[in-house]
Amino acid sequence: MRLSPDEVVFWQSGIFKLNATIVFTWGLMLALTLGAKLITRRLSTDLDRSRWQNLLEIIVTAIEKQIEEVGLGQPRKYLGFLGTLLLFVAAAGLCTVIPAFEPPTGSLSTTVALALCVLVAVPAFGITEQGVTGYLGSYVKPTFIMLPFNIIGELSRTLALAVRLFGNMMSGGMILGILLAITPFIFPIVMTALGLLTGMVQAYIFFILAAVYIAAATRVRTPGPVPETAL
Amino acid sequence: MLIDWFTVIAQVVNFLILVWLMKRFLYGPILRAIDARESLIASRLAHAEARMTEARTEGEGFRLRVAEFDRQRAALLRDATEEAEAERRRLLGEARQAADVLIAKRQQALRDDARQLDRAIRKRTLEEVFAISRKTLSDLASASLEERLGEVFIRHLREMDGDAKDRLGAAIGTASDPAVVRSAFELPEGQRAAIRTALNETFSADVHVRFETAPDLISGIEFSVNGQKVSWSIADYLTSLERDVDELLAKGDEDAAAPGPEPEPEIP
Repeated sequence: MRLSPDEVVFWQSGIFKLNATIVFTWGLMLALTLGAKLITRRLSTDLDRSRWQNLLEIIVTAIEKQIEEVGLGQPRKYLGFLGTLLLFVAAAGLCTVIPAFEPPTGSLSTTVALALCVLVAVPAFGITEQGVTGYLGSYVKPTFIMLPFNIIGELSRTLALAVRLFGNMMSGGMILGILLAITPFIFPIVMTALGLLTGMVQAYIFFILAAVYIAAATRVRTPGPVPETAL
Repeated sequence: MLIDWFTVIAQVVNFLILVWLMKRFLYGPILRAIDARESLIASRLAHAEARMTEARTEGEGFRLRVAEFDRQRAALLRDATEEAEAERRRLLGEARQAADVLIAKRQQALRDDARQLDRAIRKRTLEEVFAISRKTLSDLASASLEERLGEVFIRHLREMDGDAKDRLGAAIGTASDPAVVRSAFELPEGQRAAIRTALNETFSADVHVRFETAPDLISGIEFSVNGQKVSWSIADYLTSLERDVDELLAKGDEDAAAPGPEPEPEIP
């Protein structure tokens, strides 16, 4: 039994290889981009607009509002990064209903990659907002002794981010595989629906946690690192 | 090992590309569209607000103008009503005057008619009476009526009482013109001589007399000199009779008019 779509390798040359994770990611990217392109091809700036445009506007403005509610003052600045995180993870979760599709987020490599992006993005946004000293200063607050703990917290939450998503997505596929072997009828459908819900919830969690981390890093007067949630 | 580092790097790259693609194809256009729509709505609202303000101002202006029109119309109507009332009164007054004049004219005409009729009746009556009298007298006596008239006149002259006789005598004495004797018919020479003689004897003077005919006397003789007059004719009797009849008629009219004054006609 394989745990990750990484193990399905279509082509390999040296360290370069083309596995299922990368292929499905490309597929998702293509789908998202084409969808966006098709809908935004004829955008209306008037009061009348198409239903698809309405849907996209709802999604974009909802993401914007969520970012703002987390505490980020200028949501448009973070919309590209955070919104894409949400859309990618949500699309991966949503596509699990397609037979033979394996979500790229069910691969630890993908979730680690996304978590690494967050790990880099947090200080990047923090430095952009507060400057290098301002951001690095937040690591030695309230005292210098807190520096190692803050660094450990930073790393551990990144790891938690990666593992949480991977675990949830992988387990969904895993349970489905096991159930298919035991009871091939009806019950797997229920589990698929549950997996769909899990995928959406995980996407939202990943997105909101990343937003919270960035918000904590960009806030000028940060009292301390945001406590890790128990999710 | 669950983590394949090449895949990790590839996925990081993939994710970054996706971020760029999404920014390029999704967020950018959608946000631009939303912004454009919001600004469009804002501009339309502002435009609508401006129009509303304008309309309100115009409406206020119109309201004022309408009020002004109403006021003017009321004033004009009042003036017109007053004018019409004055005109009505004037016309009514004129009509009343015209009616009064007309009534007066009509009454005058009626009175004239009555008078003419009266005169005609009187004349006719006199002629009839005269004719009857003459017929009667000529039937009764051999002498003609004219002769009898002359005799009666002469008798009247001779029987004249003192006062009138003195007045006539004085008038004859002072007269420069000859005395005039009028009669309805040409008097025969004998009668003329008799009258002359009677006058001369009555006033003891030589009285110059001129004889004239006057048909309106109908039947009778009149002697006048210097404004003084003595006469006798059937007309005198008839006149006195007429006066009596007139008095009687007038009395009858008064009695008829007595019940109440004539009601004044009502004019709306």
